[in-house]
Amino acid sequence: MSTLAAGPTTTRRRVATQTWRVLTYLALILIMAPAAWLLLGVVSRAWSHWRWSVLWTPLTPTGGGLRDQILGTLILMALVLIVAGTVGVMAGIHLSEFTRKGKVSGWLGGPLRTASDILSGFPSIVLGYVGFTALVVGLGWKLSLLPAVIILSIMVVPYIAKTTENSLRQVPTGYREGAEALGMSAGYSLRKVVLKSALPGIVTGLLLALAIACGETAPLLYTAGFSNTLPHSLTGSQFPYLTYVVFTFYNDPSVQKHYLAYDAALILVVIVMLLLISSRIVVSRTQRHSESARTTTRGIFGRFRNDPSRAPAPPPSIGPVGDVPTR
Amino acid sequence: MATVGGVAGSIPVTPQSTALRKPPWHRRAANSIRRNEESGWRTVAWVAVLLPLAALVFAITVLAFKAWPAIKLNGWYFFYGRTWTDGAGAYATPVTTNGVHHLQGARFGAWAIIWGTVVSSVIAIIIAVPLSLGAAFALTERMPTWISRPLGFAIEILAGNPSVVIGLWGFLTFGPWLASNIYGPIANNMPDVPVLRYFGNPHGTGEGLLTAGIVLALMIVPIIASTTRDLFSQVPPLPKEGASALGMTDWEVASKVTLPWVRSGIIGATVLGLGRALGETIAVVMVGGAILTIPHTIYLPMTTVAATILTQLDGALADGTGFYVATLAELALVLAVISVAVNLVARLIVNRTGRVGAPVGGA
Repeated sequence: MSTLAAGPTTTRRRVATQTWRVLTYLALILIMAPAAWLLLGVVSRAWSHWRWSVLWTPLTPTGGGLRDQILGTLILMALVLIVAGTVGVMAGIHLSEFTRKGKVSGWLGGPLRTASDILSGFPSIVLGYVGFTALVVGLGWKLSLLPAVIILSIMVVPYIAKTTENSLRQVPTGYREGAEALGMSAGYSLRKVVLKSALPGIVTGLLLALAIACGETAPLLYTAGFSNTLPHSLTGSQFPYLTYVVFTFYNDPSVQKHYLAYDAALILVVIVMLLLISSRIVVSRTQRHSESARTTTRGIFGRFRNDPSRAPAPPPSIGPVGDVPTR
Repeated sequence: MATVGGVAGSIPVTPQSTALRKPPWHRRAANSIRRNEESGWRTVAWVAVLLPLAALVFAITVLAFKAWPAIKLNGWYFFYGRTWTDGAGAYATPVTTNGVHHLQGARFGAWAIIWGTVVSSVIAIIIAVPLSLGAAFALTERMPTWISRPLGFAIEILAGNPSVVIGLWGFLTFGPWLASNIYGPIANNMPDVPVLRYFGNPHGTGEGLLTAGIVLALMIVPIIASTTRDLFSQVPPLPKEGASALGMTDWEVASKVTLPWVRSGIIGATVLGLGRALGETIAVVMVGGAILTIPHTIYLPMTTVAATILTQLDGALADGTGFYVATLAELALVLAVISVAVNLVARLIVNRTGRVGAPVGGA
């Protein structure tokens, strides 16, 4: 008579845990394999017929290159960075710094944050439709650059606001208190101390927002239209960009256009990868300078692995005052 | 106390102190700017934070106004009807019903569209959630950081890929491969009984419901996986170590300690992924076929709300009465309401438990 008979047998438990291990690795492989296949597929399709002149010849009805489409995408990204970057960062500053309890702004903070969250979950095609009916047709701007920039900006502003707010909230209270103790005015310390130490997080958010913006297709189809060459005006004439080329040329009868679609896909992937990698570099550079990472990480092969579960508790809110990053 | 390093002696105390003299105009201007800098920041930030709210209200107002004739005329038929025709043709005649201009014979029932949207998203969730959980476990519990960090970044790159690129790959490479190597064998061996019949032949060319679901799953895996990974690494080590010390196996620690610890966060991340899948447009248009039917088997072409708006708007503009465009506005409104609801639920759950992983890249 055994007193241990209540639980499952050892063999069953061993089989269960081994199965579990195998399944987790299998899941990882099932995710990584398509991801790798996707990247290699896009690169190999484009590389087999790649010619560098795609980058500087304009598009013609029968073929040519993608010069104006690449420039168009870059212009879109730059304008979205200016418009959505300004609005998003300022909105993030408001949500993090100026929502004090007991004031109107504090009372409104919750609803405003919710509105921003809702907007970030809005389907892009719905925003595209709104842009088409309200801006393109309603205001008579026609398919052109300006409605496209506005709609793309509306799409990414909530995202930028969120990342800005989060990185501002991570600035240690000690920095603010130190700045106040040194007699800085609130605005000056916001600009010189708080924003400066939150800058890497804000820049990361901006780069990721740009990655979203340059890969969008659905809202652009009905706001920017498409053309072979860059127009000279903000409104009234259609605007070229890369994602349209991928979306439309891939089932065109002409082989030249297929090639252009693959080329455009490759260029898009390269742009997005550059943005993601640079955001990662920004993050890792700041982690090297931050306090908690400094005590645990020594590069990739360091003696101390930066295991989050073993990392020391986050520093108390009143940290060392003199430790402001000098950048 | 007065002799602290002789500092006191170095301050000149003279009767005609500079403080009494009026500073020059540029110094006064600079001081004034510095004193009022904060209110400047406040004003600009206040305006900026109102803009997303304004955009949201604007979008919903535009949609509601535009959709109103369609809502009035389509009624509830819109949600269960199976006929979708704009009445256009050689004998198309504009008529007026209840004060709404439309083409005679126009009848819009969106059941097939709504069905396609919901089913493809559900397939995506069914595939993506177990994969994300398994991968997040493998990354956080089994691997040293120098392996798991690059792998995590690779998963996040998947999220950063433009959906049009994923759609291109899904249409040209992945879909046909699935059809010939996976769907074919499964469909040929499927018995002809009520539920399983849906997985039988014909298995199509790889452009259809299941492919759309799988591609959507690939697109939402990074959202769920990165959130889940963050959640797992926030579980304190002591409960896990305690469970191990009591003799629990890895599987038991995972299922009895780690997963219950972060359950609601995972539900939140799943709902967030669902929201993304519901609203995805371009990839679904490219791999789903965008054909307005309920498919006979799971492999055949279908359409979703977002895909319908994208593919039909061009043609809808040809309807001179504007009723087709209004109906598309109603579709857009339905999609907006659903995704707003889904997102609100997700945020409620996630905000209660922890932070959400970034949808792209990820900090």
